[in-house]
Amino acid sequence: MLIEFQNVSKWFPHSSGRQLLRTHIARWFGSVHNEPYYALRNVSFQLEDGESLAIIGSNGAGKSTLLGLAAGLTLPDAGSVVVNGRIAALLELGSGFHPDLTGAENLVLNAALLGLSKRKTNELFDRIVEFSGIGEFIDDPLRTYSSGMILRLAFSIAIRCEPDVLLIDEVLAVGDTSFQEKSKEALVSFRRAGKSMLFVSHYASAVREMCDRALWIDHGSVVMDGQVNEVLDAYQGRMVMQQGL
Amino acid sequence: MWHGDYLFLIRNLVEKDFKVRYRNMSLGVLWSLLNPLIMMGLLTFIFTKIFAQAHDKNFPLAVLCGLVPLNFFTLAWGTGASSILENAALIKRVPVPRQVFPIASVLSNCLHLLIQIALLLTIIVAFGRGVNIHWLWLPLLWGLEILFVMGLALAFSALNVYVRDTRYVIESTNTVLFWLVPVFYSFSLIPDRFRGLYQINPVAALVLMMRNILLDGQAPLASTLVRLAIVSFGMFGIGMFIFAKLKNGFYSRL
Repeated sequence: MLIEFQNVSKWFPHSSGRQLLRTHIARWFGSVHNEPYYALRNVSFQLEDGESLAIIGSNGAGKSTLLGLAAGLTLPDAGSVVVNGRIAALLELGSGFHPDLTGAENLVLNAALLGLSKRKTNELFDRIVEFSGIGEFIDDPLRTYSSGMILRLAFSIAIRCEPDVLLIDEVLAVGDTSFQEKSKEALVSFRRAGKSMLFVSHYASAVREMCDRALWIDHGSVVMDGQVNEVLDAYQGRMVMQQGL
Repeated sequence: MWHGDYLFLIRNLVEKDFKVRYRNMSLGVLWSLLNPLIMMGLLTFIFTKIFAQAHDKNFPLAVLCGLVPLNFFTLAWGTGASSILENAALIKRVPVPRQVFPIASVLSNCLHLLIQIALLLTIIVAFGRGVNIHWLWLPLLWGLEILFVMGLALAFSALNVYVRDTRYVIESTNTVLFWLVPVFYSFSLIPDRFRGLYQINPVAALVLMMRNILLDGQAPLASTLVRLAIVSFGMFGIGMFIFAKLKNGFYSRL
């Protein structure tokens, strides 16, 4: 078993946007009583070896929080999250990049952040550059890149750093059509190698293609967990119903 | 969760800071030299010509012995304390151990420190103060200061996430320190009843010991050195402890 969530709950302070001294003082004196906001409530599921699980749900359902917990970015407030194996999270690609560094420098820094050793980074360097298709621009500063090129570089690093589990948050729509094909192929061969994915996407076709199972969450709670087509059909049925109302 | 290579990562973060900082400066490292020289000239002018209190020809050297550690302390504490907020994008996306950000931030200021130390030693020698055996104490002293600042940076970078006003506390403290660390006056001028105030201040202790070594050619006092070591290791421990207590809340507060 790669990932196991047991009765996981995660809540956020309501005043999350304003971490100021006066907010804290007001709370100490008890003049502000903020109910915490539940991002996840009592969520349980398991991800087995070689399985691909889609997380579906509307905006604000808790999908990103779930990926954040699986990636180890934060700990649950209740319940337990167990992860075995190395995880690479493709969350908001390129967020660790710096515009003044060259593509190559950003590549090495990003690899180090993902946990690669120096030796491994040197070993993979050429393959990552080749996959990204950035070619001779790799030694130019990142601010001269188009947004498509930046995403291509970030995706190439994550897919080539050989994780056991990939967490993917809406990143298949990366780059031009030919790069999209290439990244889809890379994900398919990743799966064929018996590796696992946690996959968040609003594109039903991509979900059906990439995943065996789906977990539908709504307002932080699990609505349905099952075979991908069944869950998607039920989910889409609900969406149509809501639009009809 | 994260089984990466700490040293490789920290080296890369430090290199990033360094490249980003110096690529945007046409004069590069010259700026690191210029600032303390200007301050030294300015303070020397004011206290030998305007107030005309100091008649010691070593006055500029004594000032520089105070400026270099204080500059490093101010800069490293300030940038270290904002390191978590500045790397919010990474904190929310990559499960790297969060401690690396304040630590790398302080270390990248060390390069700055090295340049200024080179300047200080060059000027000391140029003024005719020879190299003496006690210079061997210097790496230990600076190592302790770095450790102390790292502890502060860890604690304050974490607090900064919860209380964003922390920045202003640091700025004000640094202004106060400029006057409370004997940069432009000597320890002998401090009245006895205020000595205690200076004894607990590790930056002041460092300045005192540097003057002992570089200007008087004496070994630092063992009691001061031991006190500095205890405070530095203690601060580092406290910093790690506070950081560990607070880091789980970063995700929801950034």
